[in-house]
Amino acid sequence: MTGPASTKQPVLEIRGLSVDYGRGDQAVHAVIETDLTLRRGEVVGLAGESGSGKSTLAYGATRLLRQPGVITGGSVLFRPDSERPDLGIDILDASPDDLRGLRWREVALVFQSAMNSLNPVLTVQAQLTDTLAAHLPESSKPERVERAADLLKLVGISADRLRSYPHELSGGMKQRVMIAMALALDPQVVIMDEPTTALDVVTQRQILQQVIDLRDRLGFSVLFITHDLSLLLELADTIAIMYAGRIVETAPAQRLFRAPRHPYSAALLDSFPSLHGERRVMTGIPGSPPDMRRLPTGCSFQPRCRYALPRCASEQPELAGPAIPTDADRLVSCWLHEEDKLPEQLAVPEPSDQARRLVTSANVAATPESLGGSR
Amino acid sequence: MTLLETAVSADVRSQKPAARSGVWAWLRRSRWVTAGLILLGIFVVIAIFGSTIAPDDPSAIGLQSLAPPSAHHLLGTTQTGQDVLSQLLIGAQSTLLIGFMTGLIATALSVIVGVSAGYFGGNGGELLSLLSNIFLVIPGLPLLIVLASYVPHASWWVFALVLSLVGWAWGARVLRAQTLAFRQQDFVQAAKAAGESNWRIIMYEILPNEVAIVATSFVFTVVYAIGFYVALCFLGLGNINTWSWGTMLYYAQSNQAITSGAWWWYVPPGIAVALLILGLVMLNFGIDEFINPRLRAAGLTRRDLRMASKQQGITPVLGTRPVPSLAFTQYTATTTNGRRPR
Amino acid sequence: MIYLARRFGFYVVTAWAAITINFFIPRLMPGNPVELLLSRLSQAGPVTPGMRNALAVAFGLNTHSSLLTQYFQYWGQLFHGNLGTSITYYPSSVASVIASALPWTIGLVGTATVIAFVLGTVIGTIAAWRRGSFLDVALPATAFLQALPYFWVGLVAIELFSIKLGWFPLSGGYDAGLSTNLSGAFLGSASVHALLPAFTVVITSMAGWMVGQRNVMITTLDQDYVLVAQAKGVSQRRVMISYAARNAILPNFASFAQALGFVVSGALLVELVFSYPGIGYVLLNAVNNEDFPMMEAIFLIIVLAVLAANFIADLVYVVLDPRARQEA
Repeated sequence: MTGPASTKQPVLEIRGLSVDYGRGDQAVHAVIETDLTLRRGEVVGLAGESGSGKSTLAYGATRLLRQPGVITGGSVLFRPDSERPDLGIDILDASPDDLRGLRWREVALVFQSAMNSLNPVLTVQAQLTDTLAAHLPESSKPERVERAADLLKLVGISADRLRSYPHELSGGMKQRVMIAMALALDPQVVIMDEPTTALDVVTQRQILQQVIDLRDRLGFSVLFITHDLSLLLELADTIAIMYAGRIVETAPAQRLFRAPRHPYSAALLDSFPSLHGERRVMTGIPGSPPDMRRLPTGCSFQPRCRYALPRCASEQPELAGPAIPTDADRLVSCWLHEEDKLPEQLAVPEPSDQARRLVTSANVAATPESLGGSR
Repeated sequence: MTLLETAVSADVRSQKPAARSGVWAWLRRSRWVTAGLILLGIFVVIAIFGSTIAPDDPSAIGLQSLAPPSAHHLLGTTQTGQDVLSQLLIGAQSTLLIGFMTGLIATALSVIVGVSAGYFGGNGGELLSLLSNIFLVIPGLPLLIVLASYVPHASWWVFALVLSLVGWAWGARVLRAQTLAFRQQDFVQAAKAAGESNWRIIMYEILPNEVAIVATSFVFTVVYAIGFYVALCFLGLGNINTWSWGTMLYYAQSNQAITSGAWWWYVPPGIAVALLILGLVMLNFGIDEFINPRLRAAGLTRRDLRMASKQQGITPVLGTRPVPSLAFTQYTATTTNGRRPR
Repeated sequence: MIYLARRFGFYVVTAWAAITINFFIPRLMPGNPVELLLSRLSQAGPVTPGMRNALAVAFGLNTHSSLLTQYFQYWGQLFHGNLGTSITYYPSSVASVIASALPWTIGLVGTATVIAFVLGTVIGTIAAWRRGSFLDVALPATAFLQALPYFWVGLVAIELFSIKLGWFPLSGGYDAGLSTNLSGAFLGSASVHALLPAFTVVITSMAGWMVGQRNVMITTLDQDYVLVAQAKGVSQRRVMISYAARNAILPNFASFAQALGFVVSGALLVELVFSYPGIGYVLLNAVNNEDFPMMEAIFLIIVLAVLAANFIADLVYVVLDPRARQEA
């Protein structure tokens, strides 16, 4: 976590990605012209209510979405080489063979439900080695088994578990196996789709700490998808908030927590208890999540927004720099910033660098206790 | 998990309480259901009005033995000169009657046994479950043959009763598994906590959610009953005073209709059985698609499905929106001389 | 192997239930079947005291002994393999007639059923994998095949392939001139005779397994582990077979085991149509001659055979599903 995020080179750039479910008139626009940049070694948290399109964005960007999902536009540029930043390959444009070679070797995934991510009738070893066999056909079987054992050790599982079947593992162990599997080919990007949702709180903490440790050791970038904003405070460098298929705000993690600039980000923060921040009055978000088949005109959040302007109901705001000039590395999609009618809640001054450091160290200090002894 | 439970849970897994109101709406839209109902409707009309529209007395012996189809006898005649078409039209009645009657009785039995075994559980539940497993594994037809041999030429309601006694177990099994699953769920627990009586919970909370399963079970039982009734009649164990498609086949077989090439005698009843069962099977396809929405094509055309299955695991890009441009040099394996980039 | 022990226990209970049903059926039925049987048996030939006694035990002539005594006597007879004398095949014992017919049935029905399941599963797998292909359009056609009565398909097959085209023998299990031994000529003749009946069973029962496997497979393809396999870049073939089909086959195989009784019932009628010298054909003759000892014995033998087949299916299932191996 050195230096401002913007100085690091991008490794995955999503531009104008649009994803539909179904075709023609009945199509549901699940992700609408979305931009997101993941930089080298960075952890980007993608947060939003369920149904906001955050998982669809991740699966769309890797083209893993199943029918009736179709990608209707945009580009997803993967930049493979840190020494040659000009090189790139558009995942949406790649041939099936290129794509199969690229996926997992460079961009790996950890899925939401570890329960269902492992094939119940194959051993852990078979599922780890077939990944290796598919991408490294020249490797020998003993080499692959050895690598599989190393991978398990990497996530703190003893190698004799290689012969186990998934049903013989606990939920936490399954998710560790999935993380080991994702790291099998030393990828540059790991996309994690709510990897800890199905786990109990203690296991959840342990797994998150492991992800942070592994990231520090191996240096991959992470796109971390969750509906639980509080997880991202410790984990993410940058946070992107998604609503109704669009990203409404992106900002460095601490600053988003301290000073949200979009009404939805602020509302979302208010609806979660913070584990480490100051006590706040928790409030829900009025209204209900939007019906993706019948999105309101203009800004999708406008019917639930307490600050909505007349303009919000008719025009869709662009994702752009916020009204407060000191805000670097931030993008907000809200008319309040353009119209200069920012309410007090959304105009909290940025914490100074010093304050930010205090917050960070407070978190680091708090972490080991809450982990119940990390490895 | 036993083999049986695996089979059942595959049916049950995707069944959710949300099914309640959707089932009728779905059935109305499903093409399988429409086609199945049309076929069934035709047979029901024949069963009701068969004796009125039949051109001849099916039992009346005529002079033309084994006459091929002609204007006079549209489906030809039998060995004894009886009109095949008349037998076919009149034979529908007993087959349908026994099929649907068995479906009703057996489904009622399986609902009673299955739901109470699943809902009340305990030793009684285990015992009922064991009973249905035993009936499931004992082959029905040999048992029916033995029973029918002791009561030769029984009337239709005896058949329906005996077929029901042999055929209720499958539905009971599936309903028990589903009820067991529902019993754990919040909406049943909530009703229990609210002090509703077991009877009310079963009638208003559980059964409405099992409509689709009960329907499948009913259709399945009717199919089974028709198949076995036709088989029993074919063996000569049916009531000789009643015409049915199975009896037609029995007479055809025992009078060497096959070796004498009289296809018009044995082909029509077989086709009739097949079409009737086809109607029921199509109905079940529709219900299956309701229970398991993945089986539906989700508004996709066959071309879409085919396209998606050609490149499994790769989402198609349609690119109907403008692609924003990002500057980059196309990366290929040769750009980096085979070195794995970092 | 607690799982298998439990299954075995269940089959023992089921066998007991079937035997008990068999004991009670003649005693609960109207009329006195024993008188009828004795008179029919004496028409067939001289009735020895042993035959008379066997009938009495099986059908309850000894009205002065209690039902419980009769029940134990019945079991005693079963354990000695004494199933009575056949009326149809007088003076052969029921047991010997069944012993000579059973291998034919197991050979024909067993093989055809397994072939039908394997073929249906393979085609169903492909149909689900290649959705939208012609196999989807063929679905109603397969439903129609499913709907056809087995024996009727046999009738049509005889008309078409034996009578019209002369490709296959009309009926029987082997050429009448041959003696039943393991010579090449006999085995060849037996195979040729088995082809058309086997084809009938396969055609009519395959469709059910196909639709079953297709539907389960479509559900399985939506599972996360299939998506993971595709993301991992595992070959399409391996995704289809080791990830999707390998899991989808479990419930389908379970329904197969469950349906064995149905399938065997249908297949027995096919034997009858082809005058194939198996259990089904013997059963028809028994029905025509009101040969109750034979019918009851065949019912028992079929139940036991189906139970044995079920147990074999359980063994296979344990091999297929690691979860069944260690279940407590």
